[in-house]
Amino acid sequence: MNDTLLLSLIAFLPVGVAVLLSVVPGSKRELIKTISFAATVVVFVLTLFLVKMYFDLRNPDGSWPTLAERAAAAKQALRSGRPADPKDLVVRYPWIRPFEVEYYLGVDGISLPLIVLTSFISMLAMLASWNIDKYVRGYCMLFLLLETGMLGTFLALDFFLFYVFWELMLLPMYFLIGVWGAPSRVEVDGRVRGGPYAAIKFFIYTLVGSVLILIALLAFYFHPAEPGGNPAYTFDLMRLHEIGQSGTAYSLTFQIVMFLLLYVGFAIKVPLFPFHTWLPDAHVEAPTPISMILAGILLKMGGYGFARIAYPICPEAAQYLAWFLVAIGVINILYGALAAMAQTDFKKLVAYSSISHMGYVMLGFAVWSLAGDPNKWSMAFNGAMFQMIAHGISSPAMFFAVGVIYDRVHHRDLNRMGGLANIMPFYAGLSTIIFFAGMGLPGLCGFIGEVFTVLGSWQFSRTVAVLAASGVILTAGYILWTLQRVFLGTPSPNILGEGHGEGHDLKRFLPDLSIREWVIAVPMVVMAVVLGVYPDLVFRFMEPSVTDLILDLTKAVAGVR
Amino acid sequence: MTLTQVLDIVRTDIAQSLVLFSPELALVVTILLILFVRLFQREGTYLARHLALLGTVISLGLAAYLFNRTSLSAETPEIFGGMLVVDGFTHFFRMLLAAFGVFMVWLCAITAVPSARDASDFFPLLLGATLGMMLMTSSIHLLMIFMAVEMASLPSYGLAGFLKEDRRAGEASLKYVVFGAGASGIMLYGMSLLAGRFGTAHLPTLARELAGAVQSTGGFVLDPIVVAGVLLILVGIGFKIAAVPFHFWCPDVFQGASAEVAGFLSVASKAAALALLARFSLTLAYPLFAADSTAITGALGLTLGLLAAVTATYGNLAAYAQTNLKRLLAFSTIAHAGYMMMPIAAAIGAQSESLYRPAVDAVLFYLAVYLFMNLGAFGVVALIRNAIGSEDLRDYVGLIHRNAPLTVAMAVFMLSLTGIPPLAGFVAKFRIFAVLYDTGFLWLLVIGLINTVFSLFYYVKVLRVMIVDQPEVERPGWQLAPLAMAFNAVLVLANLAPLAPGVWPALQAVTQSAVSWLHLPY
Repeated sequence: MNDTLLLSLIAFLPVGVAVLLSVVPGSKRELIKTISFAATVVVFVLTLFLVKMYFDLRNPDGSWPTLAERAAAAKQALRSGRPADPKDLVVRYPWIRPFEVEYYLGVDGISLPLIVLTSFISMLAMLASWNIDKYVRGYCMLFLLLETGMLGTFLALDFFLFYVFWELMLLPMYFLIGVWGAPSRVEVDGRVRGGPYAAIKFFIYTLVGSVLILIALLAFYFHPAEPGGNPAYTFDLMRLHEIGQSGTAYSLTFQIVMFLLLYVGFAIKVPLFPFHTWLPDAHVEAPTPISMILAGILLKMGGYGFARIAYPICPEAAQYLAWFLVAIGVINILYGALAAMAQTDFKKLVAYSSISHMGYVMLGFAVWSLAGDPNKWSMAFNGAMFQMIAHGISSPAMFFAVGVIYDRVHHRDLNRMGGLANIMPFYAGLSTIIFFAGMGLPGLCGFIGEVFTVLGSWQFSRTVAVLAASGVILTAGYILWTLQRVFLGTPSPNILGEGHGEGHDLKRFLPDLSIREWVIAVPMVVMAVVLGVYPDLVFRFMEPSVTDLILDLTKAVAGVR
Repeated sequence: MTLTQVLDIVRTDIAQSLVLFSPELALVVTILLILFVRLFQREGTYLARHLALLGTVISLGLAAYLFNRTSLSAETPEIFGGMLVVDGFTHFFRMLLAAFGVFMVWLCAITAVPSARDASDFFPLLLGATLGMMLMTSSIHLLMIFMAVEMASLPSYGLAGFLKEDRRAGEASLKYVVFGAGASGIMLYGMSLLAGRFGTAHLPTLARELAGAVQSTGGFVLDPIVVAGVLLILVGIGFKIAAVPFHFWCPDVFQGASAEVAGFLSVASKAAALALLARFSLTLAYPLFAADSTAITGALGLTLGLLAAVTATYGNLAAYAQTNLKRLLAFSTIAHAGYMMMPIAAAIGAQSESLYRPAVDAVLFYLAVYLFMNLGAFGVVALIRNAIGSEDLRDYVGLIHRNAPLTVAMAVFMLSLTGIPPLAGFVAKFRIFAVLYDTGFLWLLVIGLINTVFSLFYYVKVLRVMIVDQPEVERPGWQLAPLAMAFNAVLVLANLAPLAPGVWPALQAVTQSAVSWLHLPY
């Protein structure tokens, strides 16, 4: 298949189906859900095909041509009017000529795993949406629009296009949380909480971040490509990488300011302390499938932004700010874990565990010590990228597990559960694997990312490595405690609501997993195990691209000194 | 020179001028025709509306034809002996205003405001105001500017009070008249100061005189008469733009007037006033670029920039508290006026040949987009008013269940006004922000961006009420008429279009050629 068609289909098939859905009568709910699910399945298959095409792209010696090379070749082809290479997985067409904006998509080892993850989780989340019965058509249309936004963000190599896709996710997310989330309510302390509140909080936080990214976007566009030269007038991320890494174009001050603007924009998405406060709200109020998407994919946008934009364009600033970034990463790990430990709301606990786990991602990116061996940083960076994938599997699975029990008992209070292992044995078994994967048990996916980042951070600072590793203990603490409170012991007398627990045949009220739930849970469990024992499945694609990036950045910064 | 020679010159000048003036003439003829036809007309037909539609379409056609035909001509584009100028800028605004007129008549046809009985009063006023606005964009003579502003204002006063049985409308109209008269008086005083100081009211000549005076004094000596004159004229223009602190009329007038008229004032009147501001301040500042007197242009740019910043911020903050939709949109209009003044300030403050064109270009682009998003919003308000009889936000609860297409259209307009990609509003704002960055007006850029976040609160509040909030009682839905459906579809598509391949470049090509052919005094 032609790569233009393939990449464009991956990005725009969901939104195309969403438009199609607008002519299907809203009363045909099953049909609408089936069409939407079919669309997500097709996109998933297309991304698998993309993996195959990426695999075919290898040079005879087994290495991959870098994205920058392929992008440059595509640019050459475009300039000379030759037809572009239909297999190079880079798509470039002029789009908005007055601003040199291109319709410019591309795939490399950094984005490919995230693209597959996105289509995979979207497919499962759509299946998990089956029990949504409110305004099904609107839900599915927004869901598909969201999928286009997510895939487009990972595919775009033009900063402007990236920004458009990035913002495109805001609106569907706002409505999905606001309309299909928990209804508005007044808390005991008089604060208004609920879906609408959480949704607007999410919207405003993210828009503030986007606005800062917009400044950086304009600044790169108008900044001279070489000292004293004309403005660069480009949104081409590969070209901006080149300019940023040339070491002469951007002053250190400029880089630091730009890095900080991008930092806040991406940190809000990740989310990094102190910009994380929207996340627990959004997660708690969102419906289960949206929590899955939010935790599984949206949080990865921030990490991807660092790896694709902030680090490669402003390497000196990243290096200069390394200690600050490391500190933020460690705070995230410890603070998230401690906060998770304090929760009695099952979903909030999982939300804080996400914050803790994303701390490893920031830590892995940040531990860049010039004195040390770049291979160690490469290891940490790879670990961070892997952690994103691992977390993208384990955290949607955890949210799904929470959703399963919420559907049955209609509350999420950990103190009112217990003993579920006897009542729902299969559910308990799968959940345990999932939570252990989140905890980072060796043999499951969470382990690899955490161990690589911690090992990589050892040479940066032993204190940091020790602190980060101690996060694993805290994680084990809250995960085990949670498992104990939910699955072990005897069921709380209030498990079905105040005073409704006793005297009931709980097995009748709490049936084990349905077939649909099996179908959703098993792929995630399988992936958690597979990635745990065979991480090379991801590293094979990811590692060459990440290592290239690390070498480029190290060279760029070393050249300056 | 004999009398016949003079007459010959006048005759050829007039003959040429009339051709270039034909879009305006089309409106004049239409107005006369409507007034004439009503003499023989029995009550209760929509003939006036059909005529108005025909007139605006012909005017649009003529404007577009002239824009295409007349390219950068060597001869001076000044017509009627230097009263008006027909350059790319004028062409663009005539097309914009005529196109807006077409949409306006279409909207009036959908919402049945005015009623058949009032149509032959309403449309001459509407077209008359449009005519005045066209003149505002092309005047380069102080006297003509004043006449044009009055010609646009007087019918607007009538339109604002058109809902005769509504006390609010009467109040709105009166308020508009009183404020308007005051502003006109102040502006006229400013004009008399400038004309008296330099002995001419022809703006380009006046600007050259000013630059000459500045140069001959070897730098800028603050001449209080000139400063006062310019500032007083800016007050008058600021009133038309509804820039803070001259905005007080705007929310009340919008609330009192019908949504259709409010939409008209919000788009057309604003476009004309911004055109006037751009033309007046650029013409005045342009010879000073060459004279290299950065003190004056810098001060003028700073003044306009502060005005823009205050206007945008105030509009956005005040809008949040509103529950009446028209009032909310009035403050939104004020805020958008602020955004659009930003590049004008940047163009003058940047003091650079190469930067002022993109800046003015960005304003034209924004206005073209603004037409579609803002008219759309007012149109939805009018359609909802027709269906549920209320313009209060609290009555909008759960509208998504009563009329989904209209609610989705409203969502598109609101988000476009916020400037969320991939909608048109984002593209327009992006261009303004790019200009602000390029000209080095970083403080204004930051204020513009902060304002974007502020504005999200109230635009999304509207959406939250319409879509997210659950109604306490279920109310029946309703269907849109096909013509209304088409109206909204066109505007929604226009808001989605700019990022489609080729649309943005095409629109920018039009605005660019309009700006590249801007008549400025050399």
